[in-house]
Amino acid sequence: MTDRNLMIVKLISLALVVTAMIISGVQFYNHRNFQEEVVKGPGVTQVKKLSDYFEPLKGSINDCNIYILDSGVPGGTAMLIGRSHPEEPAGNLATQIFVENAKLTQGRLIVVISANQSASRVTRPGDAYPLYYTIETPWGDKKFRMGDRWTSPLDSWPDPEVYVHYPSGQLLAYMDIRNFNRTWPGRDNGMITEQTCYAFMNLIREEKVDIFVDLHEAELEYPVISTIVAHQNAADIAGMASMILTSTEFRIGMEYSPKSLHGLSHREVGDHSDAVSILLEAPQPFLDRVRGITDEKLLLTGQDEFVMMAGKYGLLYEKIDEKGWPIDVRVGRHCSTVLSIFELWGDFNPGKEVLITGVPLYSEIVKNGTGYYFLDPSKARPGDIYYE
Amino acid sequence: MAILNSIISICYYLISAFIVFVLAKSIIKTKNIQDAILYSVMLMPFILRILRLK
Repeated sequence: MTDRNLMIVKLISLALVVTAMIISGVQFYNHRNFQEEVVKGPGVTQVKKLSDYFEPLKGSINDCNIYILDSGVPGGTAMLIGRSHPEEPAGNLATQIFVENAKLTQGRLIVVISANQSASRVTRPGDAYPLYYTIETPWGDKKFRMGDRWTSPLDSWPDPEVYVHYPSGQLLAYMDIRNFNRTWPGRDNGMITEQTCYAFMNLIREEKVDIFVDLHEAELEYPVISTIVAHQNAADIAGMASMILTSTEFRIGMEYSPKSLHGLSHREVGDHSDAVSILLEAPQPFLDRVRGITDEKLLLTGQDEFVMMAGKYGLLYEKIDEKGWPIDVRVGRHCSTVLSIFELWGDFNPGKEVLITGVPLYSEIVKNGTGYYFLDPSKARPGDIYYE
Repeated sequence: MAILNSIISICYYLISAFIVFVLAKSIIKTKNIQDAILYSVMLMPFILRILRLK
């Protein structure tokens, strides 16, 4: 080959690579900077930032919104967080339903839609996740970012050889230093995920949170699924909620937070604050390793023939059929479980009630769809729109 | 620890830039078409990281 032809081939290959890089780069940039609109609901009385509780986070990617719904009537303080793991969308969808619909008649409710913003702005390398998903609403499609389990390496790098959890000293997998649900209670001089948990612990103490609930989803191959995981200080509430919900709405279990497993919210929030801590898990076939095509359809319908096949061979810890596990079912489970837990909290702690109205139950969300409960940003006053 | 990680992170970007430089130089120098194409493709993740896109 002549030098001239070689040069032409080099230029063509470079041009193709640059084109691919621009196309993918624009997509990555848009995804990382995509803003979801949240309309301040009738019950929201104040919107703070996480950096109000830990100054060094100010202006960082994890300086998320803190929605406070205060009835003005003395009672308890409940806290609800979503997007601890942003690849589990039922959490952020349920929390947004609370922000846009809940009204408090007693006590206070603190809601966080995107606890780990950084992880919500990246998808898992090598797993071909969709960048976005859309939820149908009466006023059009509402678009959301799909995220990952771990904080973006752009915001937390490098990972250690082994992650030594603080303060327990327990050894965990290296990448879990970027896992929001392995870095509780956090530390002020740690990596950004640890600092984020540290800020949340400050919030929990300063706002005197009584009960803390963290929303998650899990793969069907994972034994901790369709369940309420409770710190020992929340066992009575979780056990009662499990029994009531199983007899009236849907089957949900209850299990204790292991005392020697550190870094998780259901363990550390209870150990390091006065709040009782609970974590909810809903089934999400999208996360199963044996799944088929990893697309938006699977994320929203939870229907997958390969996961069903795994179920036929007894490899799963939750049932699945051709109906799958649709997003409305998963969001509905979270909303009903949270409402039941907060109601029981009041029953067990007279004078510290947190009474919530306006939030739909499981059967209503399954009937009307998740999108039915989102407010239309185009009809909201500009000052009532916040961005996640 | 956060400061140490920031220093290492900056070093990582410098190393990425150096690799981009070496790959670009290799593309110019090589007489083998396959190598030229391979080096071009290898540039992508390093440039995307330097630009903080992925």
